[in-house]
Amino acid sequence: MNWEPLILTFKLALVTTTILLVLSIPLAYWLAYTKSRLKPVVETLVSMPLVLPPTVLGFYFLIAFSPNNAFGNWLNEWLGIKLVFSFVGLVIVSIIYSLPFMVHPIQSGLSSIPLSLKEAAYVMGKSRYSTLVNVLLPNIKPSILTGIVLAFAHTVGEFGVVLMIGGNIPGQTKVASIAIYDEVESLNYAAANFYSAVLFVTSFCILLLVYLINGGHLKRFWK
Amino acid sequence: MIKIKLHKALHAAQGEMLLDLNLEIEQGTLVAIYGPSGAGKTSTLKILSGLLQPDSGMLSVNDNLWFDTKQKINLKPQQRNVGYLFQDYALFPNMTVLQNLAFALSKKQDRSILQELIEMMELGELQNRKPATLSGGQKQRVALARALVQRPQILLLDEPLSALDRKIRSKLQNYILSIHRKYNLTTILISHDIGEIHKLADKVIILENGQVAQEGTPTDIFINQKISGKFKFTGEVLNIEQEEVVYIVTVLIQNQIVKVIAQSTEIEGLKIGDQVMVASKAFNPIIYKID
Repeated sequence: MNWEPLILTFKLALVTTTILLVLSIPLAYWLAYTKSRLKPVVETLVSMPLVLPPTVLGFYFLIAFSPNNAFGNWLNEWLGIKLVFSFVGLVIVSIIYSLPFMVHPIQSGLSSIPLSLKEAAYVMGKSRYSTLVNVLLPNIKPSILTGIVLAFAHTVGEFGVVLMIGGNIPGQTKVASIAIYDEVESLNYAAANFYSAVLFVTSFCILLLVYLINGGHLKRFWK
Repeated sequence: MIKIKLHKALHAAQGEMLLDLNLEIEQGTLVAIYGPSGAGKTSTLKILSGLLQPDSGMLSVNDNLWFDTKQKINLKPQQRNVGYLFQDYALFPNMTVLQNLAFALSKKQDRSILQELIEMMELGELQNRKPATLSGGQKQRVALARALVQRPQILLLDEPLSALDRKIRSKLQNYILSIHRKYNLTTILISHDIGEIHKLADKVIILENGQVAQEGTPTDIFINQKISGKFKFTGEVLNIEQEEVVYIVTVLIQNQIVKVIAQSTEIEGLKIGDQVMVASKAFNPIIYKID
């Protein structure tokens, strides 16, 4: 059996989720507390991947990143980065594609914390950063975990956007979902079944773990 | 001395309201703010602590300017060193009692204050518990201790005792009085309880619709209104029952329950929970020494 597409899938999901977590905390913080008039616009942009067909996103990325166009050409010539049909390109597009799945839980977690906790920390002389790290984030652990898992799972489940911008290069862009499609096309059901079963079982286990942790079912084991 | 001259347009539930404060508070006094809900009491405390920015005016504490629109001074809440007791206590759920107190320490501060406050507020047995496992009165003591860790000059208490039962309330009032005196604080307390204000406050400010309606000592404001009787107490109506042609009103005065006979005209508009004054002019009370 060829494990390469599965390993690539989890590598992509891991890299994407890590970068997303770092990006989403400040973004969600801004969205949760800002009074700016730009807020609805930013919120809409963050949520767009929820409603757009992945192919639309993939199509525009393909156009933008293509070395035949100004932006893609500039990236290629000056930075030596080729984003179309490459792993780096997949990571970037996955970050945008899974953004709402990370931002929304963290944002709603932050909004649900009583304002007085933040105010109490400020009155004690604590900076915004210290308040975020010591007071806000520790109290929304379930939301952060939900965000991590949803973003990870959503990246694993990507198909359309990868097909458009990644293509089907083994070890580079051939992730499990593409591999399944590929094997079914060539009537190789055994291989397709192998990839599908691995994805099915892993997804089930990850989601089960989240519900167990957030539901407090595991607490008795470490208390 | 705290000098307050501040204006702020508030978007209250009843619509726009202008909060217009013009006050002077002596160092070391305990001032109570009394008034209907939505009068701007909590907003006043938030403005003093820097959590809410006024539209215009000035605020100075012991001759240090904290806020001045003319000179464009506006100290952040972090720079004001104010102790603030929130209505919902605002204890950090992820930290134990001790960690909650320790988080309030400033960078180079000596940790010995923690032990002092833990002893004073009798928190020794609770120090390793999380806030979620504490009762209301216990949370209140932790929050009060935490507000004092940074040794503030000013202590702001937003209806600290309203959610507690009578017995615990009276105990906590004593805590507040003793810390107020011990640390020579200037304390501003929001309260709906006239009895509590009598017990604690040197001065009362009555806020109505964002304006200071009355200012003075609790006795001047709540008692010396019309009656010039010699024998009078304030209390709370606990019960009203009809007996034949008269009514018997049960009143709680301090910790004593007193029954007063009233006519139907007197009890009109009176309901359980109302603050009342029991007074008499026409007889001489007799004083006994209790052996």
